[in-house]
Amino acid sequence: MVIYGLMIMGLCAIVGNTLGEMLGKLMGISANVGGVGFAMLFLVLVTRRLLEKDQLSKLAQSGILFWNAMYIPVVIAMAAQQNVVAALKGGWIAVVGGLAAVFVGFMLIRPLTALADNSLPLDDEETA
Amino acid sequence: MDFLVDSVMKVVKPNGLITAFVIVGVLTWISYSASKYLTKGRIHGSAIAIVIGLVLAYVGGEVTGGKKGIADVTFFSGIGLMGGAMLRDFCIIATAYGIKLEELKKAGLAGVLALVIGVFLSFVVGGVVAWGFGYRDAVSLTTIGGGVATFIVGPVTGAALGASSEVIALSVAAGVVKSIAVMILTPLLAKPFGLTTPAAAAVYGGLMGTTSGTAAGLAATNPKLVPYGAMTATFYTGFGCLVGPSICFVIVKAIVG
Repeated sequence: MVIYGLMIMGLCAIVGNTLGEMLGKLMGISANVGGVGFAMLFLVLVTRRLLEKDQLSKLAQSGILFWNAMYIPVVIAMAAQQNVVAALKGGWIAVVGGLAAVFVGFMLIRPLTALADNSLPLDDEETA
Repeated sequence: MDFLVDSVMKVVKPNGLITAFVIVGVLTWISYSASKYLTKGRIHGSAIAIVIGLVLAYVGGEVTGGKKGIADVTFFSGIGLMGGAMLRDFCIIATAYGIKLEELKKAGLAGVLALVIGVFLSFVVGGVVAWGFGYRDAVSLTTIGGGVATFIVGPVTGAALGASSEVIALSVAAGVVKSIAVMILTPLLAKPFGLTTPAAAAVYGGLMGTTSGTAAGLAATNPKLVPYGAMTATFYTGFGCLVGPSICFVIVKAIVG
């Protein structure tokens, strides 16, 4: 059943985000710490386990893969509701600060990645 | 004419999400055609779509004076639901399906290090820029530094430290600029700066931190890298909110007095 895929993913999302909220509360901050990240990790572990046991049907998988494929359209919709006006009206300090952080970040990608073991490029074929 | 408009709006209003599917579908079709025929595939279709989305967001903001871009225009209100945090996070989680655990393990140490460096670096960059623009008090410098981390870290830090509303607004603006810059620049800078492997994507997510920025940036670069970048980015804002009003503020205060 398609809904089983959604159920698994929804459960991972709720458990992961709850964990993130609790972590935030324990640290005394009003933010979710890594909730989505935990949910992703749970989904990887749970689906891998189910696939090994051959208990994740094609239909259940398609429930997950649908949202996987909806990612780019959702991101486009997300872009269309950013507060672009505020970003441009913030003045030079906002523009310079925001851009500087991005450029400095990009420069550090290579040196920091060198710390990781030989990670191989994935083929970038179309998925959407 | 009014008769037609009234009838269409009567259907569109309660069917916002479905309308959004149609709008984003048309937008995607135009963007991918433009990518194929106008740029011969050099610029990714999704990158074009995201830029058009941002332009629409600007138009919407100017027309309505609201904060949610084109979603504040009634006809486009469903965009707000489709691109809101709920479905965005759900889709990000879905991208984890098919992730290679081995790749994630390889990226582990580098990703965590990138996260820590990325957060502190934002405070340094933001603080220095704010200093350059004449701010001298530790509260404002730290708050703007937080904004350069993400548009959530800024106001959280500012609220905790009691910054002025003007400085908090500025920190939000800086965060939004960063997020938009990451969306637009990532597909252009990815190859020259080595953003081609899962490990590099995890490092990038940790360095940039903005969930919306990295989500869109990687989507327009190589969708297969999305989960690795999203995984580290999702810890960034929380970590930033943790160290901003505490460690970072103490350090800034020690420097500027």
